[in-house]
Amino acid sequence: MSLLRVPVNSSDHVQGPENAPVTLLEYGDYECPHCGAMHPVVQRVQRCFSSRLGLAYRHFPLTEIHEYAEAAAETAEYAGFYGRFWEAHDMLFQNQDRLGLPLFLAIVRYFELSEQGLRDALAHGTFADKVRRDFLTGVRSGVNGTPTFFINNLRYDGPASYEALVGAIAAQLEYAPTAA
Amino acid sequence: MSQLLAPGTTAPDFRLRVTPDQDLSLSELRGQRVILSFYPADWSPVCGDQITLYNQIRPEFEKYGAEILGISVDGAWCHQAYAKHNHIHFPLLADFHPKGAVAQKYGAYREQDGVCERALFAIDRKGMIFWSYLSPIAVNPGADGILDALESLQNQEK
Repeated sequence: MSLLRVPVNSSDHVQGPENAPVTLLEYGDYECPHCGAMHPVVQRVQRCFSSRLGLAYRHFPLTEIHEYAEAAAETAEYAGFYGRFWEAHDMLFQNQDRLGLPLFLAIVRYFELSEQGLRDALAHGTFADKVRRDFLTGVRSGVNGTPTFFINNLRYDGPASYEALVGAIAAQLEYAPTAA
Repeated sequence: MSQLLAPGTTAPDFRLRVTPDQDLSLSELRGQRVILSFYPADWSPVCGDQITLYNQIRPEFEKYGAEILGISVDGAWCHQAYAKHNHIHFPLLADFHPKGAVAQKYGAYREQDGVCERALFAIDRKGMIFWSYLSPIAVNPGADGILDALESLQNQEK
């Protein structure tokens, strides 16, 4: 059973209360179709547990097979620098079939952020270190593809389905959820 | 489950096709640390499967002076197509004829399925196995075990 070596901390993007009894951490890649398919599932899981669940996301771009994964991750971080990480994150997954600079710029425009700022950040790799750090924590924690989930620091090896994830989280809460 | 060769055992030498017209033998890599990754098949239907994962992580192995080799019973042409499709930058060896013979020497062959186990071996510069791991066939073990093993070897040698 693989353990998360670097627990979720203040440098991570986390949705939900800080002291949530369970934290679900996803290592993902915006260009990975499996992550894209899981995105609405993760959102449903969040709704199921609401304030009892924290959701964290770390980047694990498989750049050898995914041309835009790195730039997409850096775009999310750029938006995150201005407090818009999760909105950008959702937009990237929801528009996964048209990843590329025009989409990244459109996302930035939508938030009324500087397009030139994004171009510069991508050109200079301003957020590349953050993405790399996320990737390396995953490598040392047994991330074995994308998406890989950790529930309270333990790698989740069960099926990538709503029911299975809810079951695993509920087991952590020792509490059966009342609404789906 | 198979019984893998244990740490402390000399890694059996082999010579296998690495491309349709080239062979690679383990002894050619003597002096380097080597990771052998036996795996069931090319083209497993997930992205970020074990081989693409190791391809992405390869620079981390290189920091420990380790070369990684993938081994399955797929033929050299199959490996070539798979490597090209996924931009794999490390050798994929074809344990194709006689089928699975090298995997058998390492205790990493699944007779009932006719494929290699999902098994990992780390071999030191002198050709000695210093770590091995047998993963359930359906579970991609990731790279943390390999990196932990390389790290502890490096610390021992300090």
